[in-house]
Amino acid sequence: MKRESVLLEVKDLVKHFPIRKGFLKRVVGQVKAVDGVSFTIGEGEVLGLVGESGCGKTTVGRCILRAIDPTSGQLVFYSNNGLVDLAALSEDQLRPLRAEMQMIFQDPYSSLNPRMTTKDIIAEPLVCIAGMKKKEAEERVAELMRLVGLRPEYMRRYPHAFSGGQRQRIGIARALALNPRLIVCDESVSALDVSIQAQILNLLQDLQEQLHLTYLFISHDLSVVEHISDRVAVMYVGKLVEVADTEELYSQPRHPYTERLLAAVPVADPKVKRGRHQLKGEVADPANPPPGCLFHPRCSYAQDICAAKQPELQNVGKDGKEHFVACHFARELELQGVQAG
Amino acid sequence: MDRLSNNPDYELLEEDIGTEDEAVYVASQWRLIWWKFRRHRLAVASGIVLLIIYTLAIFCEFISPYDPTARNVMLTHAPPQRLRFVDSEGNFSLRPFVYGYKREIDPNTLRRTYSIDTSQKYPIYFLHRGTPYKFWGVWETDLHLFGVQDGYVHLLGTDRLGRDMLSRILYGARISTSIGLVGVALSFVLGVIIGGFSGYFGGWFDSIVQRLIEILRSIPTIPLWMGLSAALPPHWPQVRVYFGITIILSLIGWTQLARVVRSRFLSLRDEDFVTAARLCGASRFRIVVRHMVPSFLSYIIASITLAIPSMILGETSLSFLGLGLQAPAISWGVLLQEAQNVRTIALSPWLLLPGVMVFITVLAFNFFGDGLRDAADPYAR
Ligand SMILES: Nc1ncnc2c1ncn2[C@@H]1O[C@H](COP(=O)(O)OP(=O)(O)OP(=O)(O)O)[C@@H](O)[C@H]1O
Ligand SMILES: [Mg+2]
Repeated sequence: MKRESVLLEVKDLVKHFPIRKGFLKRVVGQVKAVDGVSFTIGEGEVLGLVGESGCGKTTVGRCILRAIDPTSGQLVFYSNNGLVDLAALSEDQLRPLRAEMQMIFQDPYSSLNPRMTTKDIIAEPLVCIAGMKKKEAEERVAELMRLVGLRPEYMRRYPHAFSGGQRQRIGIARALALNPRLIVCDESVSALDVSIQAQILNLLQDLQEQLHLTYLFISHDLSVVEHISDRVAVMYVGKLVEVADTEELYSQPRHPYTERLLAAVPVADPKVKRGRHQLKGEVADPANPPPGCLFHPRCSYAQDICAAKQPELQNVGKDGKEHFVACHFARELELQGVQAG
Repeated sequence: MDRLSNNPDYELLEEDIGTEDEAVYVASQWRLIWWKFRRHRLAVASGIVLLIIYTLAIFCEFISPYDPTARNVMLTHAPPQRLRFVDSEGNFSLRPFVYGYKREIDPNTLRRTYSIDTSQKYPIYFLHRGTPYKFWGVWETDLHLFGVQDGYVHLLGTDRLGRDMLSRILYGARISTSIGLVGVALSFVLGVIIGGFSGYFGGWFDSIVQRLIEILRSIPTIPLWMGLSAALPPHWPQVRVYFGITIILSLIGWTQLARVVRSRFLSLRDEDFVTAARLCGASRFRIVVRHMVPSFLSYIIASITLAIPSMILGETSLSFLGLGLQAPAISWGVLLQEAQNVRTIALSPWLLLPGVMVFITVLAFNFFGDGLRDAADPYAR
């Protein structure tokens, strides 16, 4: 089912935030939030994007949707009207394309304008992109609210009338308004209570199957990602270090960073032995990254070459499978994963 | 779709919604602000006081019994007359009246003293036809809220030329309270435009504006105002001086508003709901008008309200010092300037009533503004 056709091709995406100081706001350095990231997402696929806080996941997601402008790189999108490079378009050229790509935010409180009714919030893309009239939009809003499990009678209510989970459903309805193909979910369940998390996650999964959506699912919660993703990309300080099918990545990680991330996941069952390799040390500073492999100062397998030469992302998959890893010792190391479950 | 609408979450949603008051759920921002403001008793009372003061100012020609420049040379420095319903014989009448004064001149000090003369009884008539005037300078009429047929009524006394203080205070209210509004309106326009650009676009424009504001705000206000008003040509007509003064007052006023607007823009620009609107294809104009401005309008209104008192005080101080408006213009500051000597305070304390009016107005604005500011964000979590 997955990878029938490519929907989005990210090529060498770079986003540097200038650090400005002083009276004249001179640029004194660059935060290399995203530094040469390439991957593809197939139509109908769910690609998980994981990594520790501050490693650039949000920045990747926002660049793809052009919520922020990338410094360089290409974002080749196979839109309904042919192939476009999202990175090269102006805001006006992007507007019609925004129907096809949307975002579901992390915080259900800050992502809904408290001064607008639910109806107006969900109708925003209908009015702005599709140019719908009030009546028409209202019918579609009702339909969308039913789709995400909200009663359409409540469309005149303001967001303050709803709980976190319900607000998140409003955000989902807004994202779905114009039948998008690509949705970036940036930590879309992390801010919710654990019990609500499961509900929203199931809703997202149902919608994905029903509407044949494509997700870039960003999260630092590896168990959530494992649950929903077909493939997972692991990011560290602005770079991808490993990309593979979910099952393979979780059971046979090939990058020491992935191994450490997996080992740090808390386990419900105390009999299962995990946590041998706790995640120690600080994430490297993206404004001042170390030479060589970015992970080498924290890596227990590091050797001389790791401090000298930056490893390329290469395919080490067996039996024709794709498994990309950026590690000098990807083929030699025997790393420990977790049992799929 | 059916499968989803029948799932258990949906049931759960119905359960935990619908228990509370639906009115709260569909209440707009302004309604929530009003509900929150309403609980602030002092602020509501201040609002009513302000409403009264502005009504008096707007209809001052009608409410004043006399022309504020009309002199009664026989009755200078007369103390306020008391409004009475019961006369010296104990007869009650529904129509209020005042007693006239008997004037005596102390032969040694040549000081006038007034004593109540119960033989002169002047009943007060409402909607009385008195001295003709032009309402708002447009409609000619002679209708006053109240007045007397013969004799005189000076409920707040008279000044050194025998002019009616009540009428003068009411006419003064028009200028003194409107100068605050006009000044704030000017500050508002400057502040919102400059602050808005500064916050929305940032960059070098923002840097320059911020430095300019810092410089303007580091100059002590009173000397700056004094310097600038001293520079107004003395032969200017009153209207032009009036606008000159408001512009001088708003020269400082806009900086604070610009700061508020800028910081709101800056924080809103990175809010998720603004990003969401952009991703929904909203144009720049729509984002500013539909999403950003409604989010900070209530704060702006609150800071405007809090900026008015300093304008009123500014006008009063300048006029009091003889640098703002000058007689024959009538403002509270001008009236206070005329009352400016120790003798007045000792012998004719009613001439200081304009000062009381300034005090009440400024205090009312401050309480009102505080209430507004507290209610400005009904979504504070
Ligand atoms: N607007 C910005 N200006 C400057 N630096 C920024 C900006 N946005 C992000 N950064 C920096 O870029 C790096 C990556 O941030 P990003 O938000 O993409 O990380 P993340 O992986 O999403 O983290 P988290 O899990 O905490 O959400 C961080 O070091 C952050 O400080
Ligand atoms: Mg993030």
